[in-house]
Amino acid sequence: MIPNDRQYLESHEWAKKEGDLVVLGITDFAVKHLTDLVYIKLPAAGDQLKKGDRFGEIESVKAVSDLMSPVDGEVVEVNSELVDALDRVANDPYHAGWMVKVRAPSGISSMLDAAAYQKVTEADGH
Amino acid sequence: MNAQRTPLSSEHERARAQMVNFSGWYMPVHYTSILDEARHVRKAVGLFDLCHMGRVRLSGEGYADLVDRLVTCKTRNMKTGVIRYAMLTREDGTTIDDVLVYREPDSIFLCINAGNRNRDLAWLRAHAAGTNVVVDDLSERFAMIALQGPKSVDVARKLCEGDPGAVKYYGFTVTTFCGMPNIMVSRTGYTGEDGYEFYFPAERAVDVWRALLEAGAPEGLRPIGLGARDTLRLEAGMPLFGHEIDDTTTPLEADLMWAVDLEKDFVGAAAIRDLAARGTPRRLVGFKLAGKRVPRFGYVVYDGDLAIGEVRSGTFSPTLETNIGTAFVGTASADKKQLSLDLRGSREAIEIVPLPFYRRAR
Repeated sequence: MIPNDRQYLESHEWAKKEGDLVVLGITDFAVKHLTDLVYIKLPAAGDQLKKGDRFGEIESVKAVSDLMSPVDGEVVEVNSELVDALDRVANDPYHAGWMVKVRAPSGISSMLDAAAYQKVTEADGH
Repeated sequence: MNAQRTPLSSEHERARAQMVNFSGWYMPVHYTSILDEARHVRKAVGLFDLCHMGRVRLSGEGYADLVDRLVTCKTRNMKTGVIRYAMLTREDGTTIDDVLVYREPDSIFLCINAGNRNRDLAWLRAHAAGTNVVVDDLSERFAMIALQGPKSVDVARKLCEGDPGAVKYYGFTVTTFCGMPNIMVSRTGYTGEDGYEFYFPAERAVDVWRALLEAGAPEGLRPIGLGARDTLRLEAGMPLFGHEIDDTTTPLEADLMWAVDLEKDFVGAAAIRDLAARGTPRRLVGFKLAGKRVPRFGYVVYDGDLAIGEVRSGTFSPTLETNIGTAFVGTASADKKQLSLDLRGSREAIEIVPLPFYRRAR
């Protein structure tokens, strides 16, 4: 099930509003496609993210993928434990596998809701 | 996706495999995960759809001379039932494809790569033009399935008449398989494990796939995708066209002279002899890389500050539990113990090691 409490990019990142912050991560569909995760590179607290730009990389045995930012803002917290615990991304991408928290004054815009993202995954599907 | 389907594509979809376009074919990359499937083949047994590969038979007056002139290996002394690895080379010694050569009583059968099928056939037919040699493309009429892993022989025994355990490595027999008479059962593979490759009429592909999975269930037989196949072949030091060999490489550079008979005349022999005497500018090496990141095709290899080569294949090896790869490097650097590579902007040391990375105990 794709959670209804957040929004999505076609490139399989999710963004969830938490108070005045936006939390970013990747979807279960992305994780299943990548499989065998080996490495993640995340920004540092204080880094500026720009909507549509890369904020990190995730690598599996199969491929390296860019992590794309859906928002403009400053990174205030990084889930740096993921570096040595990629199984959290693999097993619980929507909760324990969160990646960064961003102070994004202009908030979330022009992203997909769960139903629209579901359609993207079906078109990409098996 | 416009890729061509094999007779087994619907079986892979039913098993919820992740499908990709590989050399124009709609193929499973994995069913569970690449590492999980690769480990399974090393300890138990796996099943592979190889229907995308090309299958060609040459027969008719002069076929043996023609094949001997086009493949790099010695063929004259091959007895019926013997298989050899070889390359098709051009006049300048570069590689058109790598192939398996099967000696049959009155013909020679070749198993060729999916992506090179059309141009290999064109090459064979161009050389057969004006002779009585018949080049028969059996690719569509025959299916091909591989059974690989230490328990392969236990599964094969349930479906073959006679004892498939008696077939020698790089040999084949023609026997009754899954109730079909006169089926070629070949003790070959691309994983570094014991195993078999079966060639049989394409219309039986689905029945045979299911019969194998059912018969092999007690041994843990599972379908395996191309991702694990690539990992297994790289661990076993087996070349892949487009990586360790391609249109620009000679068997000398690719460390494949064991598959070349320089005493006979074949297309490319003179150029390869000449290169052997003069030396080649680059050589294939194997390497290990510590750390989490996987080396990938095209990453640049350095000797000190000098760019001297590039990565051709790389993966995380589940058997060695480290990252491994192959690279072409300048001959002057090929005997160094340590080089480095540019891993997406970060310079990482690599340890040069002999190939293969993995050899099974026999």
